[in-house]
Amino acid sequence: MEALVDNSGVKRYLVTINVNGDDYTRIVKANTLLVNFIRDELDLTGTKKGCELGDCGSCTVLMDGKPVNSCIVLAVEADGHKFTTVEGVAQNENLDRLQESFVDNAAVQCGYCTPGMIMSAKALLTRNPQPTEEEVREAISGNLCRCTGYVNIVKAILAAASE
Amino acid sequence: MYLPDFEYHMPATIQEACALLAEKGQVAKVLAGGTDLLNKMKHGLVAPAVLISLKQLEQLSNIEYEEGKGVLIGARATHNAICNSKLLQEKYLSICEAAHHMANNQIRNVGTIGGNISNAVPSADLPPILMALDASITLVGTKGERVMALEEFFVGPGKTLLAPDEIIAQIVIPDQSCTGSTYIKFGLRRSGALAVVGVAVAVTMDGNVCKDARIVLGAVAPVPMRAPKAEAMIIGKAISDDLLEEVGVCASTECKPIDDIRGSAEYRRDMVRVFTKRALRKAINEGHV
Ligand SMILES: Cc1cc2nc3c(=O)[nH]c(=O)nc-3n(C[C@H](O)[C@H](O)[C@H](O)COP(=O)(O)OP(=O)(O)OC[C@H]3O[C@@H](n4cnc5c(N)ncnc54)[C@H](O)[C@@H]3O)c2cc1C
Ligand code: FES
Ligand code: FES
Repeated sequence: MEALVDNSGVKRYLVTINVNGDDYTRIVKANTLLVNFIRDELDLTGTKKGCELGDCGSCTVLMDGKPVNSCIVLAVEADGHKFTTVEGVAQNENLDRLQESFVDNAAVQCGYCTPGMIMSAKALLTRNPQPTEEEVREAISGNLCRCTGYVNIVKAILAAASE
Repeated sequence: MYLPDFEYHMPATIQEACALLAEKGQVAKVLAGGTDLLNKMKHGLVAPAVLISLKQLEQLSNIEYEEGKGVLIGARATHNAICNSKLLQEKYLSICEAAHHMANNQIRNVGTIGGNISNAVPSADLPPILMALDASITLVGTKGERVMALEEFFVGPGKTLLAPDEIIAQIVIPDQSCTGSTYIKFGLRRSGALAVVGVAVAVTMDGNVCKDARIVLGAVAPVPMRAPKAEAMIIGKAISDDLLEEVGVCASTECKPIDDIRGSAEYRRDMVRVFTKRALRKAINEGHV
């Protein structure tokens, strides 16, 4: 990875990060967090920030297909990896059946946790298309929802799986 | 929450990483998954001027078997890589289970076994089961390599025998003669909660008689600790409910818990009794290592 030094001596790094199929080459500081790169650099604000400590899951994105908390990943460490954010789940303006299922099952109240929930659920269904309720609960256990009590979220994911 | 500025290095070899650690001195820290380190930096608990990333050291992610040595787990293996390793599922399901029951899926995809050990947090979930299986660790520094029993590595909360220029490269699980092992933990929530008490055991059974046992307690002393008196009490005896209760009581008197936000010392002590009993019963009955 190439490092560039500006006039005041601050080092910056040239990274190429693939998000939702597009390669983005940007210059970042070492302390730039992936979540800020996604939200501020790429203007993809579907990914939310809650605790910023890896506890709540609202910043969940898929890194090479696996859910990670983008608030505790450095952009320099993300260099060369492929990411999917919630903006990359819908195809051509059509919501994914998982997203439709969240709507149909009223699995959204304030909506703050929803992008993260969708990402964790998407990863689960890709790996395991017919999960049990227990597996669904396990898969979203790193995503906190303060509104719904999880019941409709679990229902929505199970319904999307059975379609 | 933003991170303070720091210098970032991504060495291509472990030797280069150690040389950088030696050159930069105290202000440098190793970055593995970052799930612990970056949080501490956000809170201002540590402020390393230099981070040395292990990202390029791919060989540190391997999980393999080597004849004569045992199972070798690279320090950069993530918790989920450990859960999903066919080799570990076959040989040491108890390690997979311990890795699976910690943190949450997002953290397990990033957090590493090396970070879990280096942290030296008394409640860390992997050290107890690794110690129960008599694991050792390979440390690589500028002067070469050394191997140390994991049990000897921990000095106190956050303190280990790691030298400033050293990196944990590998965890070595020697071939076992035990017939069963397990780690069970009690947390305030099933996911994403640190252990209030964690107990790992490895037992060697011959019929109903316990030939050998190792009992390791987590979150109830400054470091994960063996319970030698409790071990001595069960070795050579025929298993009965009364015996397991006595061993549990013994372990609860050996541990040195503190009061903190997750539980009182008194509560932890009693949970050690219960969990030691349960862990022994599970390792004896389920019969997998
Ligand atoms: C929400 C959340 C839940 C968690 N739940 C649990 C849990 O249930 N159980 C549990 O045990 N832990 C838990 N943790 C703590 C943490 O995620 C784990 O301990 C993890 O394994 C740390 O690994 P890491 O690779 O992220 O370490 P890092 O943060 O990269 O590093 C941690 C420390 O170890 C050093 N280090 C890392 N690798 C090496 C190496 N190879 N050689 C030398 N030094 C090294 C670093 O310099 C640093 O000081 C949790 C954390 C979060 C944020
Ligand atoms: S904002 Fe990343 S886990 Fe809460
Ligand atoms: S819908 Fe409000 S936090 Fe989940």
